[in-house]
Amino acid sequence: MLEVAGLVVRYDRVPALDGVDLRVGNGEVVCVLGPSGGGKSTLLRTVAGLEAPAEGAIAWDGRDLRDVPPHLRRFGLMFQDHALFPHRDVAGNVGFGLRMQGIDAPTIRARTDELLTLVGLPGFADRPVRSLSGGEQQRVALARALAPNPRLLMLDEPLGALDRALRERLVDELRAIFLRRERAVLLVTHDHEEAFALADRVVVLRDGRVEQDADAATVWARPATAFVAGFLGYNVTTAFGSQIAVRPEGLTLTPDGSAPTDAPAGAVAVTVVDRTFRRDHFRVRVRTAAGEVLDVAFREPDLPAAGTPGHLALDPAAAVPLPA
Amino acid sequence: MDRHRPALSARDRLGTGIAIAVPVVFVALFFAYPVAAILGRGLAPEGQVDLEPLRRVFTDPTLRGVVWFTVWQAALSTVLTLAIGLPGAYVLARLRFPGRSLVRAMVTIPFVLPTVLVASAFLALGVPRSLGAILLAHVFFNYAVVVRVVGELWRHLDPHEEDAARMLGASRWRVWWEVTFPALRPGILAAATITFLFCFTSFGVILFLGGPTRSTIETEIYRQTTRFLDLPLAAALSVVQLSAVVVLLWLVARFERAAVPRRLGAAREIEHRARSLGDRLLLFGNLAVMAALLALPLGVLVARSLSPPSGFGLASYRALSELRRGSTLYVAPLDAIGNSLRFAIAATAIAVVVGGLAAWAGVRGRSRWLDGLLALPLGVSAVTLGFGFLIALDEPPLDLRGSQWLVPLAQALVAMPFVVLLVAPVLRAVDPRVREAATMLGASPARVRRTVDLPIAARALLVAAAFAFAISLGEFGATSFVVRPDHPTLPIVIYRLLGQPGDAAFGAAMAASCILMVLVAAAVLAGDRARAGRHGEF
Repeated sequence: MLEVAGLVVRYDRVPALDGVDLRVGNGEVVCVLGPSGGGKSTLLRTVAGLEAPAEGAIAWDGRDLRDVPPHLRRFGLMFQDHALFPHRDVAGNVGFGLRMQGIDAPTIRARTDELLTLVGLPGFADRPVRSLSGGEQQRVALARALAPNPRLLMLDEPLGALDRALRERLVDELRAIFLRRERAVLLVTHDHEEAFALADRVVVLRDGRVEQDADAATVWARPATAFVAGFLGYNVTTAFGSQIAVRPEGLTLTPDGSAPTDAPAGAVAVTVVDRTFRRDHFRVRVRTAAGEVLDVAFREPDLPAAGTPGHLALDPAAAVPLPA
Repeated sequence: MDRHRPALSARDRLGTGIAIAVPVVFVALFFAYPVAAILGRGLAPEGQVDLEPLRRVFTDPTLRGVVWFTVWQAALSTVLTLAIGLPGAYVLARLRFPGRSLVRAMVTIPFVLPTVLVASAFLALGVPRSLGAILLAHVFFNYAVVVRVVGELWRHLDPHEEDAARMLGASRWRVWWEVTFPALRPGILAAATITFLFCFTSFGVILFLGGPTRSTIETEIYRQTTRFLDLPLAAALSVVQLSAVVVLLWLVARFERAAVPRRLGAAREIEHRARSLGDRLLLFGNLAVMAALLALPLGVLVARSLSPPSGFGLASYRALSELRRGSTLYVAPLDAIGNSLRFAIAATAIAVVVGGLAAWAGVRGRSRWLDGLLALPLGVSAVTLGFGFLIALDEPPLDLRGSQWLVPLAQALVAMPFVVLLVAPVLRAVDPRVREAATMLGASPARVRRTVDLPIAARALLVAAAFAFAISLGEFGATSFVVRPDHPTLPIVIYRLLGQPGDAAFGAAMAASCILMVLVAAAVLAGDRARAGRHGEF
């Protein structure tokens, strides 16, 4: 089990990590989620031993890792830009970690073929890495990180540079591989869909501090702070009383004069500002009298034009109370 | 950056220490120490500070003339080289034509050709010893510098920037002036400074082609040392030379930092066929210039070596195996081939090991002063080096007087900076994450060096070895100071033969030059094969 306590890392005296606590159990998949520049990559590099912390401790199964150099930690790291060895072919890349362990060539070859099949690249062993597409490089990098069977596998934006269709397919494959290995996995991403698809537990990092650390479903349903809620696409509003977070689906817009009934009780008067499109539905952006701008899911075929007045109702079950 | 480096084990620290110590000690012992000896002789000849010799350099009318001539001939050579080299850089960077890779390889050859060889070729061509001959030879040698330095940058400019300017309404001329030229400027400045530096410290060219009345600081050091034995004055001249070189090297480093191609690695080709009339004129004009520069002198050299006074044949080559009566040579010229090869092999081994370690230490250490220290021998003239060896290494604590090692050591110092220049960029281009990836897969720091750095640098080391070998074979300036008369190298023999009267001696000089040319060309082509085998741009 990985235990990180009070971790502080500074670059030029500016803290990149400012007192981070983190635990990753065996068989657990933990995702660190946050905006770019929030210290995610630094966290991985520090756990890997590639950066030295200014303060705090990193331990594995209770043993402090301060004096263990990175190559002896038996951690795997898949780099964001893959960092494949340009002078070696695919097999030379995947088998590298096994060679470092002094394993004999036939065993390495067998294990390499096995891993290439696992990541969907059978028969790629002798290909030069330069000839690979971005998605293929990503798979080779994954196979290379998996090959020595590290006790902790870390992945930095594993699906970062890939196009959407490929990403959606690889997310499921990655999750299957993680579950099969039953080892600790720590990954970082700025994409919350990726995080919730892959992880058992999600840690939201902002400016080097942990904003929320909970199992994935809890973070998704009950963001702990206004920042987390905003990052996950919630509206953060005080229009209905005290500060709450609410998804666009938890709000209902009724354009004035469109419905026979009067505006529901507790509804707030708003004006349509603009419209936008997310994944599979249109959203309408509205402004309250107090000047708050909120996103509302809208599934009717006729979108209200900008400037249309209306009333906004809240589904109380969808509201998540936030600390003021 | 204030990045914390994780702790290294004692063993790794020891390995790193040795890797850095070897080049530092080498440069300190065989470069810094001789140079310090020169400074001592020049500034304090009798043990106490005496600026009289230095004052003479700037007050004596003859010596002032020497300094002034050194500066303006270098400036004129630089302007001429740029004028002829820039169109060549465009042609080789941007135009696609059959045989281009061969032309690209050929263009580099003059740069490594021994000065003594080029001088004989020009003399064979009938060029009189004159200022014109000096300028022509300087263009010949430095054409490759401009074409390579500017051309590499040009090849890697993003053509989309030019396209964008065109789409925003800029004419071709405006595109050149506002987009292309500013992007190339650091490369042009770097090439110009390097060319100026080489012409400023040029030795063989002035000595062979300038005639008895033309003298630069470099040849004056040689004259004062060997003819008049005025060591304090020679040292004072060296001090002036060294100061100028340090300033020039600092400029080169500044410009080169800015001249790094922005899109290194992206191998998208941006060149086009020469379709327009202007492009065709440029292409054929430049190919004609290259042919005239390269093929003509060397062709005449071969022709003259095969046509001695007795008529067409190999008589001049046969004469090389004899030691003629009354000759100033102590051995048969043919023996010099063996000497040259032996010295060059030893020098290459030293230069590759020391230079390779220096490149690695410079890249890993990220230390400016280390880079500077190791680059210094590049600009410091061969004559200064030879002179420093002469006055520093002939007495305890380091007495190498009469040692066969002086020649390979001097040649290795001349060649080593080129090894660093060829290997360091390749090591620098290694993504640090690739090293970290190896670490995360369980490779110790020593293993990272062996499995990542070494294989990636291997080809560059091969190219550097061939280059060092070619340079050592043709090295004249430093060798002429330290070589033993009974163990001359080929360039020394050619120089001596050229100084002898008579057609037979001249024919023998031509024949010896041709043999030297074949040896150097073989080394250069071997190096180019290693380069051509590389995958992509790595």
